[in-house]
Amino acid sequence: MEGKRGEPTVKPPFPAQSGYLGKPTNVNNVETFANVPVIYLKGPEWFSSIGTAKSKGTKVFALAGKINNVGLIEVPMGTTLREIVYEIGGGIKDGKKFKAVQSGGPSGGCLSEKDLDTPIDYDNLIAAGSMMGSGGMIVLDEDDCMVSVAKFYLDFIVEESCGKCAPCRVGNKRMHETLEKICNGKGTIEDLDYLKNLSHVIKDTALCGLGQTSPNPVLSTIDHFYDEYLAHVVDKKCPAGRCKSLKSYVINAEKCVGCTLCAKNCPTSAITGEKRVPHVIDQSKCIKCGTCYEKCKFGAIEIQ
Amino acid sequence: MELIKLTIDNTPIEVEKGVTVFQAAKKIGINIPSLCYMNLEHLGIENRPSGCRICVVEIEGRRNLAPSCSTECTEGMVVRTNTPRVLNSRKTVLELILSDHPKDCLICPSNGKCELQALASTLGIREIHAVENAAMSTYRKDSSPSLKRDMDKCVMCRRCETMCNEVQTVGALGAVNRGFMAVVATAFEQDLVKSPCTFCGQCVAVCPTGALTEVDHTNKVVRALADPTKTVVVQTAPAVRAALGEEFGFKPGTSVTGKMAAALRKLGFDKVFDTDFAADLTIMEEGTELLGRIGKFLEGDKNVKLPILTSCCPAWVNFFEHNYPDMLDVPSSAKSPQQMFGAIAKTYFADKMNVKREDMVVVSVMPCLAKKYECQRDEFKVDGNPDVDYSISTRELASLIKMANIDFNSLPDEDFDQPLGESTGAALIFGVTGGVIEAAVRTAYEIYTGKKLERIDFKELRGLEGIRTASIDFNGTMINIGIAHQLGNARKLLDGVRAGMYNFHAIEIMACPGGCIGGAGQPYHHGDSSIIAARSKAIYKEDEEKTIRKSHENPYIIKLYEEFLGKPMSEKSHQLLHTHYFDKHKV
Repeated sequence: MEGKRGEPTVKPPFPAQSGYLGKPTNVNNVETFANVPVIYLKGPEWFSSIGTAKSKGTKVFALAGKINNVGLIEVPMGTTLREIVYEIGGGIKDGKKFKAVQSGGPSGGCLSEKDLDTPIDYDNLIAAGSMMGSGGMIVLDEDDCMVSVAKFYLDFIVEESCGKCAPCRVGNKRMHETLEKICNGKGTIEDLDYLKNLSHVIKDTALCGLGQTSPNPVLSTIDHFYDEYLAHVVDKKCPAGRCKSLKSYVINAEKCVGCTLCAKNCPTSAITGEKRVPHVIDQSKCIKCGTCYEKCKFGAIEIQ
Repeated sequence: MELIKLTIDNTPIEVEKGVTVFQAAKKIGINIPSLCYMNLEHLGIENRPSGCRICVVEIEGRRNLAPSCSTECTEGMVVRTNTPRVLNSRKTVLELILSDHPKDCLICPSNGKCELQALASTLGIREIHAVENAAMSTYRKDSSPSLKRDMDKCVMCRRCETMCNEVQTVGALGAVNRGFMAVVATAFEQDLVKSPCTFCGQCVAVCPTGALTEVDHTNKVVRALADPTKTVVVQTAPAVRAALGEEFGFKPGTSVTGKMAAALRKLGFDKVFDTDFAADLTIMEEGTELLGRIGKFLEGDKNVKLPILTSCCPAWVNFFEHNYPDMLDVPSSAKSPQQMFGAIAKTYFADKMNVKREDMVVVSVMPCLAKKYECQRDEFKVDGNPDVDYSISTRELASLIKMANIDFNSLPDEDFDQPLGESTGAALIFGVTGGVIEAAVRTAYEIYTGKKLERIDFKELRGLEGIRTASIDFNGTMINIGIAHQLGNARKLLDGVRAGMYNFHAIEIMACPGGCIGGAGQPYHHGDSSIIAARSKAIYKEDEEKTIRKSHENPYIIKLYEEFLGKPMSEKSHQLLHTHYFDKHKV
């Protein structure tokens, strides 16, 4: 609006002191503004009676992901994650196992099973390594790879960085590249230390709220799901089977009847074998497209 | 004034309200490193985007680290500038910046002068964590007659942007793109020559890396000097001698005129001349033009254009051609000293030496990068042969001297050659803001009043304030003078003139901070504006020491008019020493 490049300014002064054209400016989310008329009408005491001691009122969450009831929900502050996921959300889709809730949008963090009974308010979320943020709540199940989840959010952060300050401009790019490296099976244990150090430094030095919270997805997944990171870099395995480079398709010789359907459909001719004899996949030719897995009628193709 | 008590690294200190942690630390000898922050305090120029995050410090009670450049001191604040947390952050951030920076330091034009290189050394960077196939932000290279842009080396300090937009109000450079690809560039990332760039080069003067550099002509000069068929003459601008010494370890503000002349002779120039001679000539022409316009004005001529604007500064000429195309007949038509010199050297002097125009090479040593553009303008060529062949900067001269194994510091003082080497104190002060107009006043006063000037120093015209005004009594006629340096100040003055707000008779404008002494071809000041102030003092001191201090008393100028030009503003003068301007308005 001022005709300048869109980028954050140094605070203080905050917009409420000096904002648009140097005038005091009220910048708030729609949800915050939407609360104002209700508070006016029903009074602050009524509003304060809802919620917890430090987080008053209600909160709207966008409940999504691997959950049966997807949608916008408004709950009093202090509601537990368990109530949200299992009562309001109706539990995990297809009866799968709950793994985590990514809350607060791209710069939020992941809450794990141990946080299920924590009352959700501003302070508890921050203590758990996440934040209220945008009010997003994405439920993840056992099929979700936490490294990939962190990479997905970093992708968004890299896209959204304005480029003004060095830690966010370059640091998030490097974190994203490192996560990619890990997902591609080329990560090392040193990379995990590198990620942790970068995360702390970016949080400590970035200019605006985006940069200061951008490492949250990485930090919280490393904190809660360190084993999964270790599996990627040490065992070169993706426990959730999401990272393409880390999975291999093999044929279980006991189940294979030698129908040749997989070999006929393989786009790289990686599968060979005589009729009615168990087939074999040449791993050097396999591009992990999963066609054989889908075509096999005998469940003989297994993912390792 | 409210005083604030705080401690920095366990040292208590009291500062005025509004002082930043960075400034407060400096007062007690703690130099917090930074990359983007720049404060040219003598000139009122500050760049503080808080983008590099190198100057971060720990403040007790604060969640994250604070950028000291933009954090004001508060009562009771406890600051630590060198804890492990701070040092690790600083180092990690610098490593990140270096991870997206070419590693070609050995062949970079800024090698040895680069602030990023120096910082990497200070912070003890020994390795950069390398992600395999890590992306590098790369951009199209761009070259112009004066400046080169290699934005792969940009660290987004935004200093160039501040100079171009806020100080100069040229608006050629600004941050473009988002995130990792963010960089400072022209609009739509077009070539600089297609932008409103004036080639003032102040972006180059403040660039901490090799992203913005000058176009280097040293090799062309070496080749010309080695060519036996060429007579190579050199001219040196007044501001060069006040700064060249810095490249050889002399204290800022040391004039090295004599050593410079000796070095040029050693380099093999056939004649070592002085642009100052041409500056005296400029005063004769421009001063006469001024008096002519004032005379007509006093006679009641309604069409006379006043104020007259100086036209020595090529970046300023570019600026008004771009921004004030409706006022092209207001500036003096006199060429700049560099071009007057070239025109006289390739006519009057070439004839005297019996050298053909095409066999003479004129090299100029300038504190300026816009001069490189100026000397290749078509109107300063005769049948394609330029009056000035190559313009090199003070920095390029220093590198030529070093390349030629000349021990500059032990050189004896030598004089310039004649006839184009004689000059007056008036010419010398062309190098400082206010100097051209002071020189003009010294001559115009005596011509206008017919009286001898009692007082030669016009201190009211001096100083580093951006816009200055003064009225000088020409025997009862008050001559109103305006002075501006930095193009943003020039714009303010010019907008006022356009709106009819002022009644100036003459205005001097220099594009660079402090005038030519702060030019973009000078040794890098690295954000220390006291260097520019010291150069200014050196120039005024040398002027005081000169025996002849008024342009019209230069004996070789008198001779030039007698033998060749006739009188100022004569037909021959018009042919050789005056020019016209073009509408370069873009949008």
